[in-house]
Amino acid sequence: MLFNVTLFVFAAAALCISFRRDRQKTKKALAIAWNSFRNLIPSMLGIIGLIGLMLALVPREVIAGLFGNNSPAGILLISLAGAVTLMPAFIAFPLAASLLQSGASLMAVACFITTLLMVGIITAPMEVNFFGKKFTFWRNAIGFVLALVIGGVMGVILQ
Amino acid sequence: MKAQLRRYALFALVVVADLLLYLQHPARGEQAIRSALDYLVEMLLFIPPIFVLVGLLDVWVPRQIVEKNVGPDSGVRGVIISILVATAAAGPLYAGFPVADALLRKGCRLANAVIFLGTWATIKIPMLMMEVKFVGLPFALLRLALTLPAIIATGYLMEMILKVGETGRFAQDAGENKCSVKPL
Repeated sequence: MLFNVTLFVFAAAALCISFRRDRQKTKKALAIAWNSFRNLIPSMLGIIGLIGLMLALVPREVIAGLFGNNSPAGILLISLAGAVTLMPAFIAFPLAASLLQSGASLMAVACFITTLLMVGIITAPMEVNFFGKKFTFWRNAIGFVLALVIGGVMGVILQ
Repeated sequence: MKAQLRRYALFALVVVADLLLYLQHPARGEQAIRSALDYLVEMLLFIPPIFVLVGLLDVWVPRQIVEKNVGPDSGVRGVIISILVATAAAGPLYAGFPVADALLRKGCRLANAVIFLGTWATIKIPMLMMEVKFVGLPFALLRLALTLPAIIATGYLMEMILKVGETGRFAQDAGENKCSVKPL
């Protein structure tokens, strides 16, 4: 919340300074901001809806129960779950902690966190909008492989 | 108009799914809709200022400044600047897309834009604080140490795969759905 307030204050201050320096340029900046925002709305609404469905259909306990072991299949499954889902840090890290408490292996939890952060299947349509299909595919593919490597190494070292 | 409507297809599908879920399991359906609304509020709390800043960046920051600091010839300095700026970011990755897009349009090197996005997604300072609190310092530090080289490697790999070559320039090919600001 503090970050949001800081962000708003910062943006408002920047806008005021800009307006006092040059009205025309500021108008143009706001037009650019509005256009980008308007263009983001359709995919944003869809993605928000998907997240809501996901949170309602896959409760925490189910996730914890499914990934409580260290088998390769479990690691792969939890990594795919991490790649597909999208959640803010204030949900992801408490979830990781609860997974660890309910007996999940450290490697599984590390893979979940790394894939969650480095791969974004749900946000891919937005990424394609900005950077194209090829960019989006490769950035996420490389991210997935490296996320598995990092998660694996973390599991071995921190065991 | 048709293309405009098609962009709402995912949203329409979700609304239908929400309705079906609500009819079958009212409690679950309500939960789905409530978390979506929570999310919407949360996004509206940081997306507008980010877009305002992107717009200001667009009109005030001259191309030469971006090119000099994170452009094709910026070298190690460009990488470090990309990482430092992104660690200070707020908001999820999709808030970083328009920023990286604006930087690319101003002459930012592709590798640096990818490094910027990677840092934004994985090792933002507020995120690391949450991580230390819930899964501990060793976990967070080890992940940071392993993730940094991975992000940098991804940046250069992307340049090789997308064949942008030595210059690091990147022609965006998003096509008909291209939704960002007009080319400068």
